[in-house]
Amino acid sequence: MRKSQREIQESSRKLSRRALVLGGLQLVFVAGLGLRMRHLQIEKSDQFRLLAEENRINLRLIPPARGLIFDRNGIVIADNEQNYRIVMVREDAGDVDETLARLSAIVPLDPEDIDRARKELKRRSPFVPVTVAERVAWEDIAKVAVNAPALPGISGEVGLSRVYPMQQDYAHILGYVGPVSDFDLSRIDDQDPLLQIPRFQIGKTGVEVKHERDLRGKAGNRQIEVNALGRVIRELDRTEGVPGDDLQLTVDTDLQNYVQARLEGEAASAVVMDTQTGDLLAIGSAPSFDPNLFVRGISSNAYNALRDNKYRPFRSKAVQDIYPPGSTFKMITALAALEAGVIGVDETVYCPGHTTVSGLRFHCWKRAGHGNMNLHDSLVQSCDVYYYDIAQRVGIDKISEMAKRFGIGVDHNLPMSAVAQGLAPTKEWKRTVRDADWRIGDTVNASIGQGYVLSSPLQLAVMSARLASGRAISPRLIKSVNGVDEPIRDDGELGINANLVKRVQDAMFAVSNHRRGTGYRSRIIEDTMRMAGKTGTSQVRRITAEERRRGVTRNEDLPWERRDHALWVNYAPFDSPRIAVAVVVEHGGGGSKAAAPIGRDITLRALYGKVPPLEAYPTAARGQVEEMHENMNLRERDTSGGTGSDRA
Amino acid sequence: MSYLEYNLKTVPSGPTKIFYINWALLLLISAVAGVGVLMLYSVAGGSFSPWAGQQMERFAMGVVLMFVVAMIPIWFWRNIAAVAFGFSFILLLYVEFFGSVGMGAQRWIDLGFMRLQPSELTKITLVMLLAAYYDWLPQDKVSRPLWVLIPLVLILAPVFLVLTQPDLGTSILLTAGGGIMMFLAGVHWLYFAVVILMGVALIYAVLASRGTDWQLLNDYQYRRIDTFIDPATDPLGAGYHITQSKIALGSGGWTGRGFMQGTQSRLNFLPEKHTDFIFTTLAEEFGFVGAFSLLVLYALIILFCVISAMRMKDRFSSLLTLGIAATFFLFFAVNMSMVMGMAPVVGVPLPLVSYGGSAMLVLMAAFGLVQSAHVHRAR
Repeated sequence: MRKSQREIQESSRKLSRRALVLGGLQLVFVAGLGLRMRHLQIEKSDQFRLLAEENRINLRLIPPARGLIFDRNGIVIADNEQNYRIVMVREDAGDVDETLARLSAIVPLDPEDIDRARKELKRRSPFVPVTVAERVAWEDIAKVAVNAPALPGISGEVGLSRVYPMQQDYAHILGYVGPVSDFDLSRIDDQDPLLQIPRFQIGKTGVEVKHERDLRGKAGNRQIEVNALGRVIRELDRTEGVPGDDLQLTVDTDLQNYVQARLEGEAASAVVMDTQTGDLLAIGSAPSFDPNLFVRGISSNAYNALRDNKYRPFRSKAVQDIYPPGSTFKMITALAALEAGVIGVDETVYCPGHTTVSGLRFHCWKRAGHGNMNLHDSLVQSCDVYYYDIAQRVGIDKISEMAKRFGIGVDHNLPMSAVAQGLAPTKEWKRTVRDADWRIGDTVNASIGQGYVLSSPLQLAVMSARLASGRAISPRLIKSVNGVDEPIRDDGELGINANLVKRVQDAMFAVSNHRRGTGYRSRIIEDTMRMAGKTGTSQVRRITAEERRRGVTRNEDLPWERRDHALWVNYAPFDSPRIAVAVVVEHGGGGSKAAAPIGRDITLRALYGKVPPLEAYPTAARGQVEEMHENMNLRERDTSGGTGSDRA
Repeated sequence: MSYLEYNLKTVPSGPTKIFYINWALLLLISAVAGVGVLMLYSVAGGSFSPWAGQQMERFAMGVVLMFVVAMIPIWFWRNIAAVAFGFSFILLLYVEFFGSVGMGAQRWIDLGFMRLQPSELTKITLVMLLAAYYDWLPQDKVSRPLWVLIPLVLILAPVFLVLTQPDLGTSILLTAGGGIMMFLAGVHWLYFAVVILMGVALIYAVLASRGTDWQLLNDYQYRRIDTFIDPATDPLGAGYHITQSKIALGSGGWTGRGFMQGTQSRLNFLPEKHTDFIFTTLAEEFGFVGAFSLLVLYALIILFCVISAMRMKDRFSSLLTLGIAATFFLFFAVNMSMVMGMAPVVGVPLPLVSYGGSAMLVLMAAFGLVQSAHVHRAR
């Protein structure tokens, strides 16, 4: 826009005026800043010098004691122990190598530790205390104190450190703590000043990390007077922190120990759940590892050995791994079909040993066929063709819905790391996730818990508990936080015709107690503890037509990785159910052979509350069981509450 | 006077125009940057890594950038002002939706050699745009409601985006910077009175909304306000910064403890000792003399910019120069107030001194604009 000369002059005068006003305001502000500087640095300088000069008063954080974790009976499963450590401040040490050499002459030190400390001293700012050795004996700390003049910059400190007295038994549930790392700091949005303390321990996995906020507590602080060298002269004021909240789990330590010991040697997992309250009494996963290794700092050799172990000790298989549930899924398929009314409880389906669906042949595990099968017989003998048939009648979406009602493919919201959700597939799921249409063959596979169906052992235990009670019980791992009970999660009746459920329960009883049942060899003969169960075998390989012609290779002849997974679910006692159990043995072979005996032993141990007597076992199994119990690596716990020294 | 009326003969051209830049201003800027490098060297415990060395490189790049910008005629910058603002606004939108997540805030774009914060860029492009706008707008329309509304929208759009990042410090600077441009352009003072009244009302709303569902700020921002009002409420949490910062400043006294002798600021008490709180190191090690000298250097930079602006005859150049000077003023005024406990901790760096590539390069580019206006002024 063109402007007149007058206009330009006018606007330029106005601009100059405003600029002067603004400049004046800025000058006033700068003067204000200068006055504030004078106020702080000259007038109040004496006061601040007192705070900062020769005898500086520093605020130091006192890390609070981390909350303890107990089992359901009040036994400590995550404890804190006194930990003496030697720290070094580079700035005060003078010649670092010389001082370290002198230190190692007085106190036995691991050369690896010295190397690590030297590196850290170089990396960190000169005034930051670096830990040279941890878990030092009290005598050594005394030696350091006595020799202080010869060891500038070195001092002893005492702190608390996590210890897991039950070692590998709880590794997969509790997880472990470790020093806070730069990675942790970048990942979590947390203003807690405690995290700035070098080597402060925070939860890394499992309950320790999921309940970090409860367990951590609040920092205390102390005002200390330090001299110019940074040495502490005296403590002026001290505010204790608030220790973290204690947690109580629903797990029974003795049972947990038995389960871990029973699973030893396999890549396996087992879950024991209370059918009334949903309490998880044991969550076993083998092999395991000692979480104390991580607290103390694991050597890379030991770590690599664990990481590369093909049995995958780091996996918490009971909740993190999902498997095709195999025949343990048949109760779901049956209930879906029965509820929809597409088959009656006594209606039969003929099993010739196979069935053909849209040109594909699906086999029953029994090549010769089972003949006429009704609901009861098909579950007892685990006939596949019966389920192929009823699944096609009811359709996948109903089956999926039933599976979810029983807790399969549902997130149960447990405070453990990387809990897998599993999958109860629907047509919609395949369309959106796999971008493919659902085929009838998929339904046939799903009917016997193969194909897309995936469940964690935990979910199988939930299913079993719900079959036992007919109620929508959800699992509970935390019994109480800081003495306040966590609620029991029971969403009421499942809403399935009680008569139908009863028929399925009867069939499951026969699986374990009828001569022709697939779990008969692993039955319990003590009448008050009889089980209702179901075996499962889930294929991890596809059997080719070629293989089938030659005769299916037996599991024992295959390499471990290609063997079938063995599964077992049960609840007991049959008449008034108290516990539900699920067992998965990875590549264990057949469910009746590899998983059912484990389920039986765990059930008996849980019901008896101690190592079960031989009378509960069928005569044929007693010799083997006795031998097993003799060789079992059980922890001895001093129940009389005496010394407690044998707990470690 | 518009650039069309320049008598091109009176404006230096060709390679020799490099001699016409405002050398005194460059000298002042270099002095401040030098102080910055010195302080970064000190907080690293007497080492060029990790901060001082890189800061020097960035400053060198900045000087080159300044010269490049200065050599391009000011009317070019005037013509692309709208484009530049649009570009930085798009970048702001981009980080809003795709930015990397760092320290809880999405703020930068990774260019490989540096992280560009579009919000930094916006501080300058906004000033450019408003200067161009008021250069184009006839004086008699400046105070008409419609013509006041336009710049208001231009200011508040990026402010809104920056606020959602969330970066309170930058949004305050943007708002204040834009407001100052409108003030300089001669918008009637009644508007400012209304806005200030509304500001007071907003502060009331912010404080009153706390704890309700429609809470306007994040919890950590409220905590900072709390601790500003009374640092003693949380001496180990957020109030820690202010308390420690004041101890460091105060213990400096008249002449300070001497270079690299600071204890308070070097102890890891202040997590942002190399960025927002670097002034404490200077004040502790060089005392009142050092701290006040830096303040004087800053004031001189402003003064030289204002003098230069007074000698410019076209409106765009003067407005741009004054606007950049005001933005620069806001930077150090807010930072110093915050460090000295006169304002809440909002996260504004000390210009040219705090460690940070984006801020440094953008500031140097801005001074390039000031230099360009200086070189290409009608004589």
